Amino acid sequence: MKTHLRRTITFAICVLALCANVVSAAKVEKFFDRAGNLIVQEKVEKYKRRADEGETYPVPPPPFSEDIFPCSECHAEMEPNPERRELVDMHDDIILDHAEGQRWCLDCHNLNDRDTLRLVSGEVIPFTESYRLCGQCHGDKFRDWKVGIHGKRTGYWNGEKQYLLCAHCHNPHSPRFKPLKPMPPPVRPENLNRQGALEETGHQ
Amino acid sequence: MCNKTKCDKSAFQKSRRKVLKGIAAGVGALALPASNASASVWEAFFQKHFRELDKTELQQVLARLESEYSKEFGKTVNVKATPPIEGVKYGYGLDLSRCIGCRRCVYACVEENNQSRDPQIHWIKVLQLDKEKGVYLDHAEHYYNPAEVPEQGKFYMPIQCQQCENPPCTKVCPVQATWPENDGIVVVDYNWCIGCRYCMAACPYGARHFNWAKSKLPKDEMNPETHYLGNRPRPTGVVEKCTFCVQRTREQPGRYPACEEVCPVGARKFGNLNDPKSEIRYLIENKRVFIFKEDLNTQPKFYYFYAT
Amino acid sequence: MKNIWNFFKGTLILTARGSAAYYCWVGGLLVLMIIGGFTYVIQLNDGLIVTNMRDQVSWGFYISNFTFLVGVAAAAVLLVIPAYVYHWKPIKEIALLGELLAVSAIVMCLLFVTVDIGRPDRFWHLIPFVGILNFPQSLLAWDVAVLNTYLVLNLTIAVYYLYNLYYKREPNKKFTTPLLLFSIPAAISIHTVTAFLYNGLGARPFWNASILAPRFLASAFCSGPAFMILVFFLIRKYTRFKISDEAIQKIAELIAYAMFINLFLLGAEIFKEYYTASVHLAPMQYLLQGLHGHNALVPWIWTAMIFNVTAFMIFLIPDTRRNNTTLVLGCVLIFIGVYIEKGMGLVIPGFVPDVLHEIYEYVPSGLEMLLAIGIWATGLFVFTMLLRVAIPILNGDFHVADDGVDCHIGDNLFFLGKADREKRNVSVVEKTEGSGS
Repeated sequence: MKTHLRRTITFAICVLALCANVVSAAKVEKFFDRAGNLIVQEKVEKYKRRADEGETYPVPPPPFSEDIFPCSECHAEMEPNPERRELVDMHDDIILDHAEGQRWCLDCHNLNDRDTLRLVSGEVIPFTESYRLCGQCHGDKFRDWKVGIHGKRTGYWNGEKQYLLCAHCHNPHSPRFKPLKPMPPPVRPENLNRQGALEETGHQ
Repeated sequence: MCNKTKCDKSAFQKSRRKVLKGIAAGVGALALPASNASASVWEAFFQKHFRELDKTELQQVLARLESEYSKEFGKTVNVKATPPIEGVKYGYGLDLSRCIGCRRCVYACVEENNQSRDPQIHWIKVLQLDKEKGVYLDHAEHYYNPAEVPEQGKFYMPIQCQQCENPPCTKVCPVQATWPENDGIVVVDYNWCIGCRYCMAACPYGARHFNWAKSKLPKDEMNPETHYLGNRPRPTGVVEKCTFCVQRTREQPGRYPACEEVCPVGARKFGNLNDPKSEIRYLIENKRVFIFKEDLNTQPKFYYFYAT
Repeated sequence: MKNIWNFFKGTLILTARGSAAYYCWVGGLLVLMIIGGFTYVIQLNDGLIVTNMRDQVSWGFYISNFTFLVGVAAAAVLLVIPAYVYHWKPIKEIALLGELLAVSAIVMCLLFVTVDIGRPDRFWHLIPFVGILNFPQSLLAWDVAVLNTYLVLNLTIAVYYLYNLYYKREPNKKFTTPLLLFSIPAAISIHTVTAFLYNGLGARPFWNASILAPRFLASAFCSGPAFMILVFFLIRKYTRFKISDEAIQKIAELIAYAMFINLFLLGAEIFKEYYTASVHLAPMQYLLQGLHGHNALVPWIWTAMIFNVTAFMIFLIPDTRRNNTTLVLGCVLIFIGVYIEKGMGLVIPGFVPDVLHEIYEYVPSGLEMLLAIGIWATGLFVFTMLLRVAIPILNGDFHVADDGVDCHIGDNLFFLGKADREKRNVSVVEKTEGSGS
C-alpha cells in the first residue's frame, strides 16, 4: 500500500494542482483525491493557519488508507471513549511501532473530531498539517524538512515547490523506512558487447 | 586559407566558412553522384562548432536534427538549445546518510536522457561501501544485487558528473568539443566530438561515457523533449555525460533533474548556488559536507553531505 | 619540376623490381595490410565495440602501440646526434636510415591514433583554422602538432638528401644542417609531449609521476636504436649496403647507457610507490603482482623485466656486446621488453583499477590485434619502400642516367640470395680498396 502510494506521489501532485484550481474556481464543498477519498475541505480551511501567521506548506493530499476518510463517517455516530486500550473490533491492522510505550491513538488523533489531529498544546490541526504534529518530537527533522533538506520538495527548483508530508514516506504508526528491492546492477564491461546481456541482469 | 595573420576574428571566420564551403562543395561533387546520400548528411558533416553557430545557423541545425529524430523515432521530437539562465550556477547535494542504494536514480536518468539501452550506458553509478571503512573506494562494490537495500553495515554513494568548476576533462579536449557553460554545467557538442576519449582518461569520477556502438533506444521509450547539449540521441563514437538534465533545469520554471525527482528517500538536492535561500546553499552552510577527491582541485559543484 | 617527376617515376620502377624474397616480403606485408583494412572496415561499421576497450579501460592496444612507436620514432633520430653534432663518420652514413625509420614509425603512430578515435570522419576538426585545435591547452593538440611537424621534417630531410644524391649533386648543407639540428629537439619533444599527455592527468596516479617523461626518453633510446641495429644487420646481410661494426658498436654502447637509466628510473618509481604504500599503489600492484586476484599483466611485465635486465647485461659486458649473435639477441630482448613495458605495461595500469577502483581486465580482442598487425605491416611496408629507394641511391646503384632524364638502376634484386651475397663481398672488397687509395 505504502509503496503504491509513494509511486503515485508524482501523479498526485498534478492532480492536486488541478483540484486546487477547481476548488478556487467553482467553490465546490467537497472534493476527492485521486484514490477517490473524500477530502473534508471545510475542516482544512477551518483549522489551517493563515499564511501570514507563519508556517504553512503546500502539500499534496495526505496518504489515507483506502475508504477510511473521513473518519467522521463512522465516528460521528459513536460515543468517544478516551480510555487507553487495545483496539480489537476496528483498526486492528494498525500496529503501533512508534514510541508505543509512551502513547496511544488519541495522543495524536483528536478525540472530539477524528477528521483532525491534535497537538500536545491542545491545538487542533488538519491532516494536511500533520508535519506540525511530527515536528513536536522531531524538531531537527522538521527544521530540515522546512528548508527542503529532510524529505523532499517537488515542483520547480526556481518556481513553485510542494512539500511531501512526513506520512507520504513514513507510516506514522511505524515510521522506520522499509527496505526496497534495488534496481538491477549495470552490465559488467566484460558482457557489454554480448547480445542479451541486459536480460541476464534482470532488466525489465 | 587566411594568409594575413592580422585579420580579425570575423574576417577569419568568414574565410573559414569559405574554406568549409569549398571543401563541402568539392567533396560533395565528388561523392554525391556515387551515392544518393541526402544533403543533410553533408550538412551534418560540415556543421560548425556549436558555439560558432549564429542564430540562423543554429535554427537550421536544430530543425535538421528535429526532422532526423522525428523520422527515426516516429514521433515529434523537440531539440532545444536553451541558453544558461543569467546569474544561475547549479549545485547538487547528495545525502549519504539517506541514500539506500536502490538505483531508482540510475534508471530514471537513463529514461530521461535517452541513454543507449544496449550497449548499456549509465550516467550514474552507485557504489556500495562499508560503513566501517568509509569512503574508501578500494572496497567499493559496483554490482551489488541483494533482495533488499540498504544492507546491514553498508552505505551507498551514487557518483555522476560532478560538474567541476575546474574541469580536467574540458582542458584536455583537443578540439574544444566539451566546455563548462556559464551555469556551471559541463556539456559536450556531440556533433563536434572526435571520440579520442582523452576526456575519459582525465575525468577522476568516471563520469564520461563513450558510445562504443550504435545506441539502441526503443521508439516508445524515447524522450522527445530534448536539448542539443543534453539528452538528444547521441551518434556512435562520441562521449556523453550527465548535464544535470539541462533540458529540464534551464526552463522557466525549471524542473528538478530526473534523478532528484525520482529519489524515494529525498537524498538528492538541487538548486542555484547563487541563491542564498536555495536548498543547496542551506545544506552547504548547515550540514557536514564533503567534496569527492577534493585534493585534485577539480572544485566539484556536487556536494556529498550528511543530514544527520 | 620535371626532375621531380622523373625521380618519382624512377622510384616507382625501382620499387617494382626485386628478388623473389623481396616480392615475398612485400606481398606478405600487403596481405596483412589488406586484412587490417578489412578489420578496420568492420570497426567503422560496428563501432569500437568490436575492441575490448570499455568505459573502464577507455584506451587499449592501439594507444599502447602508439606510445611505443613514438619512442621508436624519437630515438631513430638520436643517431643524428653523433653523426652531425660530432661529425662521427661511421654513423653519418647510416643516420639517414634512422630518419627513414622515424618516418615509418610516425606513419604507424598516426594510423594507430586514427583507428583509435571514434569519429575519424571528423578529423578536420583538428586542423587549425579549419577546425578548432585546442592549442595550447590540450596536450593532445600539442601531440598532433609535434608529430606532424616531426613527420614533415624527417621526410623533407630524407627526400631532399636522396633526391640530390640521385641527381649526383651535393646536398646543400646550409639547408640540411639546420633542419637536422632542429630534428634533435623535435625528436625529444615528440616523446616528451607524449609522456606529458599521460603525465598531466591527476585522475590517473600511475601516470601522474614527474619521472614519466625521463622514463619515456630512456626507454625510447633503448628500443629505437635496438630496432635500428636489427635492421642494420639485416641490411648488411641481405643487401649490398655496407655498415661498419664500429657504427653498430657505438649504437650498442648508447643502448647500454640508456637501459641503465631506464632501469634506474623504473626502480625509483617502484620504490616510491611501494614505500609510500598510499592508495596510489594499486595500479603498480596490479602491474607487478596482481590486484584482488586480477593479474593479466603480471607475466608480461616480468617477462619484460627479465628481458630488459638480460639485455642490459649483454650490452654492458664488452665480450657479449662485440659478439654479433649475443648483440642481436640483446636487441631482440630490448625491443620486446620495451614494447611490453612502454606499451600495455604503461597504458593499461592507468586504467586498472579505474578512477572508481573498479577492475576490468582488458585484453585486446582478436580484431584489435589483426588491425594492429595491419598497421605494423603498413609501417614496415613504408620502411621497406623507403629503404628500397634509399639504399641503392646511397650505394650509387640508382641515379639519373647519363641522358639526364631516365634513371639508371644497378640493383634489380635488393634482397640478395646466398650466391649474390658472395658476389657482393667481392665487389665490396673492390670498393673498399678503391676508396682507400
